[in-house]
Formats: sequence, C-alpha cells, structure tokens
Amino acid sequence: MKGGVHVSERHDSALKHVTGRALYIDDMAEPSGTLHAALVLSPITHGRLRGLDLGKVRSSQGVVGAFAAADIPGANNTAGPGKHEPLFAADEVQFAGQPLAVVVAHTLDEARAAVEQAVIDIEPVEAILDIATALARESYVQAPSTILRGDPDAAMAAAPHRLTAEFSVGGQEHFYLEGQIAFAIPGEDGDVVVHSSTQHPTDVQQVCAELLGYDFNRVTAVVRRMGGAFGGKETNATWVAAAAALAAVKTGCPVKLRLPREIDFIATGKRHGFHYRYTVGFDGQGRVLALDAVLAADAGWSLDLTPGVVSRALTHVDNAYWLPHVRAVGYACRLHRQSNTAFRGFGGPQGVLIMEDALDRIAHHLGRDAIEVRAANFYADGHDETPYGQKVEENHLPRCWAEVKQLADFARRRAEIDAFNRSNRVLKRGLGLFPLKFGISFNLAYLNQAGALVHVYTDGSIRLNHGGTEMGQGLFVKVAQVVAEVFKVDIDRIRPSATSTAEVPNTSPTAASTGSDLNGWAAWEAANTIKQRMIAFAAEHFGAATSDIDFADNHVRIAKPGSNQVLSFGELAKLCWLGRVSLSATGFYKTPKIHWDGAAMRGRPFFYFSFGAAAAEVAIDTLTGESRVLRADLVQDCGTSLNPAIDLGQIEGGFVQGQGWLTCEELWWDSQGRLRTVGPSTYKIPGSRDVPPVLNVKVLENVPSREATIFRSKAIGEPPLLLATAVWTALKDAIAAVGDHRTAVRLDAPATPGRVLAAIATVKG
Amino acid sequence: MGDSIQFVLNDQPVAVADVSPMTTLLDWLREHRGLKGTKEGCAEGDCGACTVVLELADGRREPINACIALLGQIDGAAVRTVEGLRGPEGAPHPVQLAMAEADATQCGFCTPGFVMSAYAFAAGGEAPELDTIHDALAGNLCRCTGYRPIVQAMAAIARLPIEPPARPQPRSASASFGAFHAPRSLSELLALREAHPDALLLAGATDLGLLASRSRKPPAILIHVAHVPELRMLQDGSNSVTIGAAVPYAEALPLLVAHFPALKSYLSRLGSRQIRTMGTLGGNIGTASPIGDMPPVLIALEASLSLASRRGTRRIPLEEFFVGYRKTALDADEVIASITLPKLRPHEVFFCDKLSKRRDQDISTVAAGYRLGLRDGKIEDVRVGFGGMAAMSKRARQVEQALKGEVFSAIAFEAAAAAVAEDFQPIDDWRGSAAYRLQAAANLLRRLYWRIAEPGSTVEVEAL
Repeated sequence: MKGGVHVSERHDSALKHVTGRALYIDDMAEPSGTLHAALVLSPITHGRLRGLDLGKVRSSQGVVGAFAAADIPGANNTAGPGKHEPLFAADEVQFAGQPLAVVVAHTLDEARAAVEQAVIDIEPVEAILDIATALARESYVQAPSTILRGDPDAAMAAAPHRLTAEFSVGGQEHFYLEGQIAFAIPGEDGDVVVHSSTQHPTDVQQVCAELLGYDFNRVTAVVRRMGGAFGGKETNATWVAAAAALAAVKTGCPVKLRLPREIDFIATGKRHGFHYRYTVGFDGQGRVLALDAVLAADAGWSLDLTPGVVSRALTHVDNAYWLPHVRAVGYACRLHRQSNTAFRGFGGPQGVLIMEDALDRIAHHLGRDAIEVRAANFYADGHDETPYGQKVEENHLPRCWAEVKQLADFARRRAEIDAFNRSNRVLKRGLGLFPLKFGISFNLAYLNQAGALVHVYTDGSIRLNHGGTEMGQGLFVKVAQVVAEVFKVDIDRIRPSATSTAEVPNTSPTAASTGSDLNGWAAWEAANTIKQRMIAFAAEHFGAATSDIDFADNHVRIAKPGSNQVLSFGELAKLCWLGRVSLSATGFYKTPKIHWDGAAMRGRPFFYFSFGAAAAEVAIDTLTGESRVLRADLVQDCGTSLNPAIDLGQIEGGFVQGQGWLTCEELWWDSQGRLRTVGPSTYKIPGSRDVPPVLNVKVLENVPSREATIFRSKAIGEPPLLLATAVWTALKDAIAAVGDHRTAVRLDAPATPGRVLAAIATVKG
Repeated sequence: MGDSIQFVLNDQPVAVADVSPMTTLLDWLREHRGLKGTKEGCAEGDCGACTVVLELADGRREPINACIALLGQIDGAAVRTVEGLRGPEGAPHPVQLAMAEADATQCGFCTPGFVMSAYAFAAGGEAPELDTIHDALAGNLCRCTGYRPIVQAMAAIARLPIEPPARPQPRSASASFGAFHAPRSLSELLALREAHPDALLLAGATDLGLLASRSRKPPAILIHVAHVPELRMLQDGSNSVTIGAAVPYAEALPLLVAHFPALKSYLSRLGSRQIRTMGTLGGNIGTASPIGDMPPVLIALEASLSLASRRGTRRIPLEEFFVGYRKTALDADEVIASITLPKLRPHEVFFCDKLSKRRDQDISTVAAGYRLGLRDGKIEDVRVGFGGMAAMSKRARQVEQALKGEVFSAIAFEAAAAAVAEDFQPIDDWRGSAAYRLQAAANLLRRLYWRIAEPGSTVEVEAL
C-alpha cells in the first residue's frame, strides 16, 4: 500500500502546483455578472471621521455600489461578540490604511479608480506611533498580564550578580505570495457562499453572518487552498471576506475582493514588534536566580489576537531554562498602526529572545562560555516546572544540545572562527547556539477541538473533509495518510476536499501548529468508525469473528477456519452498501489534559512541548554592516514524523522565515505613521542566496511523542522558526569580536546593515 | 492605427486587436486568455510569480515579469507560459517533474514562476553551480520552502536537453497600436518624438510598467524604442565602449564585464534576470532616479551620452545630464541614443559597491563607483560617483579632491572618507538612515583602500 503514515508522501497538489493547474480563488471561473471590489482607506493615522462622501465614487464609470459603515445591516464588527473592531471606521480612524468603505464595479480597474473619488474628511488627532510613548501614556488594548513565580524581588536582592538590559525586535509582514482575497457569491434568499483565502473558515462564516444580520446557517465559507498564510489569514482574511460578502448581498451579484500587494501591506496586521527591559540575577556559575522582565508588544490599534500573542510570549520567556524566581509582565501597547495579529510562532519567537540576550550577557559578565551557561540553566530533574506551573515531562534539551554541537562541529569551528577574527581587519565571523522548547496547543483551551467527515463510496474511493485548511504546509496529505493507514488503502484512493463550514462546522483556525494533531485524530476517528462498521458487517456477512477481519494492502481478508476470503476494499464497500451500512461518518477530537487560568496565568496550557536546537555561523562586514549567514545546523523534534519530507520542508522554511524576521525584513513607518515598506521592492524577505550555503537538518530519531498524539507525531509548523534565534545570537557574537569580546552587545532586530553598523560603534570603544 | 499585436504564445500564433496595448501581459494572459497559471504576487516585478519566458530570435530563452510587460512590447515576440510546458505524452515537463520530485512546492503560488525561471535556466545550458543557480532564482521569491529544495531541483535540471524554442516572428516595419508606437528606425523614432512631446519613451518597461500594473494608470501615449536598430548597437571601439540606449542588460553584460570586470558582481545584483532581460541602460539613466544602480558607476567611468533629435546629435557627460530629482537635460524632442564609456587605461583601476538590505534584487541604499589612475604610488586621477546619497546620482567632488594627487595611502583614504560629509547630505528612509548612509559611504572608501592595497585580502562577506 502506498502512503500510510511515517512515509515521505509528496504534497497532494505538487503536480498541480508545478503545472499551474492548482486553483486559487483568483483563478476560479467567474459567474457572469461578477463585480470587482476595491477599498477606500484612511489616509490619516489617527483622527475623527467627520464625513465620508461617496457620491462621486458612485457616479464613477462602471461602479455598481459603494458601502460604508452605515450600510452594514448587522454588526459593524469583525472580531466577534464583546469586541469592537469595525469593518469600516464609523467615527474614529485609528491607523493610516484603515478601511472606510468598499466599492464594487464591473471591472477591477473601474473599482480601483473609483475609490480615489471618495471625499474623506478626517480631523487629525495626535497619534501614538511608538511603544515608548504608548507605555508612557499607558495606552493599552488590554490590562497588563503577569507570570509570577516565587519572590523575584527578594531573590534579585540576594543574587551575587545582577544585570539590566533592554532591546527591541521589529514586526514582520507575512508576505504570503497570494494576497488576501475573497469571492462572495450570493444565492437564494440572500444566503451567501464565501470563497475565502482563510485559515479560519468558521470565523469568516460567523463574522459575515453577524455583519449581515443573518443566522450562521446562511453563510458558507469555503477554502480549498491558500497561497501561503503564516497566521496572516487567521483574522485578517475575515474582514476581507466580510467586505466582499456585504457588497455581494447588497448588490445581489458575485463580488471578488482581492487586495493589491500595497493595500495588503497597509491594511492588514503583522507580527508584533516588541520592546524588552529586564533585570536578571545570577550566581557565579551563571545560574539564573531571578528574572524580572517587561515585554511590551506593539498591538497596533485593536485587540485582534494580541491577548494570545502576549500570553504565548510570557509562557515562552523561560524557553529551555529553569527560572526559580520570575516576574514577566506583558504590556499590549495600543499604537495607531495596523492591528498586529498571528504570525507563525505567535509571540513565542518574541518571548524566547529575553533569556538568550540575558545568558549572553551573563556569560560575558562572568567571563564564562555562553554555551555552557545555557546548558547550566536547562530544565532538569527537580528543576522541571515552568513558571506557569506546567511540568516539563519529556525533556529532549540535553540531547538536542549534544546533537547540534556534534552536527555543527562546534568546538573546532569556534577555534577556527576566533583565529579568523584575529586576522581579518574588515570581516568578523560569529557563532550562535540556541536551544528550543515550544509549547503545543492553543492557549485558549476551547480551540483545541476538531471535526472531520469521511465518506467511503461504493467503488472504494474515499472523500476526506476536515476543519483544517491547506496553506501549503501539507496538512491535507498528512491527514490523508492517517485515513489511508486506517483503511490500509493507497493514498491515491483518498480525495481531500475543500474545507467548508457546510461539511464540518464550528471549527478552530488552522493555527498554533495544531493542524495535523487535531485534524489527524478527528479524521482517524471518522475513518475508524466506518472501518468498525465494515468489520462488523463483514463478520456477520461471512460468518467470521470480527477479530478475523484484517485490512491490509487495499484488501480485506476474512480468515475463516479452512478458507480465507479476500476482497478488495471497494468490493467490501459495495457489499456494505448493499447491506445497508452507512459508509459516512464524522469524527471529533479534543485535546486531553490541558487547562489554563488566564487570570492567574497558571495551568497546563500545552499538551506537550516540542524541542530543538540550532547552531548558526554568520559573517559581518564591520565597515558596511552587511551580514551573511554562512552555515546553520538544526536539530528538531518531530516525534515520530507523519511525513518526514513535509516536516523537513517546515523546518527549512520556518528557519529561513525566522532568519528574515531577525535580519533583512524591516517594517518602516514614516514620521506621520504611514507604513512605507509596502511591497517586495521595499520590504525584503530572504531570497535563495540568503539561505545558509551549508544548512544541515537533523530530525531527532526514536523520539515518539510521550503523549498520545496521532501516531506519536509532533507538531512542526512553528517551532523551527524559532531556531533562527541562533542567527541573532551569532550576529551579536560577531559584533562582540570587533571589541575583542570586551563589551556585551545590544543588537536590535531586524539586524539590518544600519543596525549592525550602529552596534559595532558601541563596542569599538 | 489598425495594427494588431501579433506574437507567438505557447507555439501558437496570436493576434490581439481589441485590447489596449498598455494592458499588462499578465492581465491579458489571465483575464483575456483565461490562462490562470501565471500569478500576480506583487505587480511590481519583484516577486517573480508572474514569470514567463521569452523565446528570442537568437534561440535564447529569457525570463520576464509578465506583470510589468505591456502587451505592445510583446508584439513580434514568442512567449511561453507554464501552460505551454509539456512532457512526452501529456506528462508534465521534466522541469516541472523535477520541482515536484524535490518537494520544492508548498503553497504552490510562487511555483509557476519558479518553474519558468527554471525552464529558462535549464535551456540556457548553464552549469549547476550554486552561484549561477542563485542568479537564476534572484527574481523569484518563495515564502514557504526556504529554497533548498528549489535549488536542488535546479541542479537536477541544469543542462537538461530541452526541445527547440518557438521562433518569434519579429516585425520588420514600424507599427502603431493605438497610442503605442513602435518605430523601427531612428528617423521614425525622432519624428514620433517630435510629434508627441508628451509621450513617454518606453524601453524595457521595468520601471514604467509599474504605471500599468501597480498604479493601474497606464500612460496615454508611448513610444517604444526597443526595436530601433540604432539604439540596439554594441560597439567595442579602440578606446571606448558604446552601448545603445535600448540594449537590454542581458545583452550588454558581456561587453561591459569584459572591459570592467568589477561590474560582473555588480550587474548580477541589478534587478534579476527577469529585469535584465528587459531593462536597459538608457532606461536606468532616463528615469534619473537617485537610486538607480547604473548612474553612479557610469559617472565614475566618465560616461557620456549621445542625445539625438531631428535637430542633430549632441554629446553630454553623464553627470551633467542629471540636473535634479528625476530631472534631466534631455530636451522634449530628444532621445538618449547611446552611452559611451572610455576604456580603462593600463594604470587605471575601477571598483564599484552596492549596499542594500538584501544582496539580490534590491534597490541600493548606497551605490558607488570609483575609477582611479595610479602611477608611481600616487593617485594621479580619480572619479567617484555615488547614488542614494542625494536627490540624484552625483560625483563626489570633495572626495575626489581629497585623493587627487595624493600618495596612495590609508591616510589619503581617511581624508576621502572624511570628505563624504562635505559632498552629501543624505536623507532617512526605509533603505537606511542618513547617518548610516554617511558612515557606510565613508567606510566604503576605507574598504576600497584595502581592496587596492591588499588585492588578495577578503574584505567582503560575499567572498566567504
């Protein structure tokens, strides 16, 4: 049989991708009468919307309609009950780029030309444009939250050594290659089907329905595939879909809204930038005794998913390290900027930076090796409880550490690099090591559920549907592998189908790395339900015991005393149908063991942890600040991988994306608060040459998940992104070499040539 | 004005009469032809999702960005899209199979563009060396894979035997598609230029094409200079090199690199292969952008321009051509005909630098060219041009003065570095702060010293 679990089955759409036959929403055939939409956006960063005159817009050539806040029949809210995140600003404008109205016309060019005719009257109000100002004015989207363990004040006071530092890290644009898009097709009674490039079809369904004043059952959200998402299509896809649905229902025509790249940059949220301040107390061995840290996130103008991002940042401050006394306070700063949102890692990558910075400074202060200082602080027996109360029960950290040092040939290269640095007057090289512990599960316990729907047809072909969405990560092939494994049939017999709220309802977003964990189990349940029915029927039909029915290699064997009967899987399916057995089933899964008290910031938020380690080598030009990553060695825990090839793709792709975040990807707002990096010509994601020329990946072997995950596999979407932290550490090491390692380095990220050169100036002395 | 636009698309002849010639090739493929395999990722020629391949009369296959190519430009060309790749008996093309087999697709949206770049690479017979592969991929962005499997697929298909290309049927006579004029001689070009002083001159459309793609405001009148033979000439003279203003970078590159080897790496960072297939020196100069890559190095190389009009031809030093922010000395009836560069004399050296956030396919934060005449340990003559440091590309006169006539020494270059702040008052923007630009530009002169003083030393991260 072809394509059960634990094999490198190719992405189910690979041949469609390479031949251009994979259909994205913009490629779908358009029904006649389809209208095209464009958005009117605020040109002002913060102000009172005194007037919005769409008269000239409506009389522009080809325009069929223009709709603003007052035209919304239901709730002008894209964030669900109890929140206030208007689809279109009604009174207060909160960032430059905030949508004010949607315009639909017969052609895209007509729509885009018409929006320029809008007469917008906004009275400007002073805007908050940076985290420091927001902190000073206590401008927050939610109250600060704190993780507290022990008595950090007393422990700090008693610590033999203390250090204080601060630094910051920028946000990150998702830069999914397929921009935000939705195609809303109205039907009978104004019901609407919304094809949305979304990670969260249920959110699209619910928000569209509330906006239209509908019951949820009148809106169907569908997505076959996305051209990349990375968290950027978890909530941001929703408002795009809502604008399209509004216009479709208002005009009675199909409406497509596709954001041009520039508008996508300006109007949608990004990874949260953070500013950090911390004091760390430690002993002479470099063991941390107390940490007192402030993490201030740029939430942008609204709440969006910021509570979860701050929570995950706080629950990842510890990373791999046991912190006996700790206070970590997370501020969610309200700025007049795009509302920041989910992005692969979801606060985790920002959370882990603090301890990496602190341990480098501690090692430097004590004149000790930063690698050994890290290992001395790892979670270990007796030191195995996180600051939020969850035990680290399956600790692969020492093993990851040992393996990455070996893979990277670390000791030899350290000496070689030090020698290079003594001899080259312009270039310096640096090494960085990073250990990873990343918690898997949604921080919100209720999201950790999934449903699936499996049909077996009478020819033995199988249709698979589940609540998870395909954004390129290979979820569909992994879940199909699970179903193939249950039925013991070739994976080619299984047809993954578009995610739809009409097939599996009330779904969670495909996010938090949980896609295959949740949907794999749900599909397993559905498939197994059908399989048990088939077994029961076959036993009765053939007069055998259920234990004598064996599924293997596309066939079913009925072992009876004296005679074995073998049927193809399809033949048994047909027999079942004739025998009036249901060959369709739903499956449902909820993650066990997890619980979380968001007020106390305590509990067991994660079903399990994923582990890893990375080593990176960089070179910097001390005259220009240019840098290159020369080599990376990655060790990653995948449990027992469902699909090693897919997982390798996630590891490599995640690492490079993380490298981009910390090095070349810079968001830049002007003094008026307008984002000016609005496309690939101004916002630079890594290209092929930026990938380390030596990139070794080792998947940790023989580490089945300790918890009962689907076939003992582990989540892989987010953890590898954090491995790129080693690049940042290596850059600091290279910069420190300029000052012969006499001075500790503050390096804000992204480490553009400008920031590297500025950091070099601080260590030259 | 009834000429129809005619070209070969995926081996089939096509005539387009009822579509604006200012329509982008991408929009035409997707919206008019129903070929949805080619994607729009950015509409500014930077992501490569829209990459298609031109099959040229000389048998070369070169990638271009369909999003910024105007339909009128494609007249007479042969274009291949991802739908036009086929393997034996209806199977995917070997290039497509190689990408799939390497697990080089995840979300798949960028994939057709990568496939077309890979196809051009394979057809070009280049060796599977990493540097070449990265060069071939510099115009394509992938956000999912981390590129390793794509690079692996590229290595697998290098030098793949590829079926012969479709033959374009170039038009020999001038044509006009509505307000899109495509003359075939300099005299016709100059007559059109005089008759339409408000028309924009179009060469490769790598800048101007954004008006149609990103801004959705295509120009009203265009004169397409790419088919004018006088503007397509390359001349390797005894003391100088002359390059027609409409010669694409890809075709000018061998001649430029032969005489100015430092330009090899520099030009590999100018846009991408997609851009270099279409883009021209004349265009880069004509737009007079302060961050154009070529003007600063051409200024250092003492380039002069031949400007033609019906009144005659005049020659002007490049640095006098730029008169302000995107302002030039070009008269309303003139065109840039060619660029002439004096060859290096035996005692002269030439270097150039580009600083940007990303090595490949990025716009320069600071660009610089330096031409020095060194004799008897002295800097006999020097020309330094900088871009990204002012409203236009400029000679660094104070820097030059600090060096000229001095003994070649670290001290002289320190003085030159200090003079940068006298020559330039740069601005803060998303590419870099004013402070960075000043310091980095000064440091580039220090690095230049080491480069000349210790020719074997490694002073660039790229060399590691």
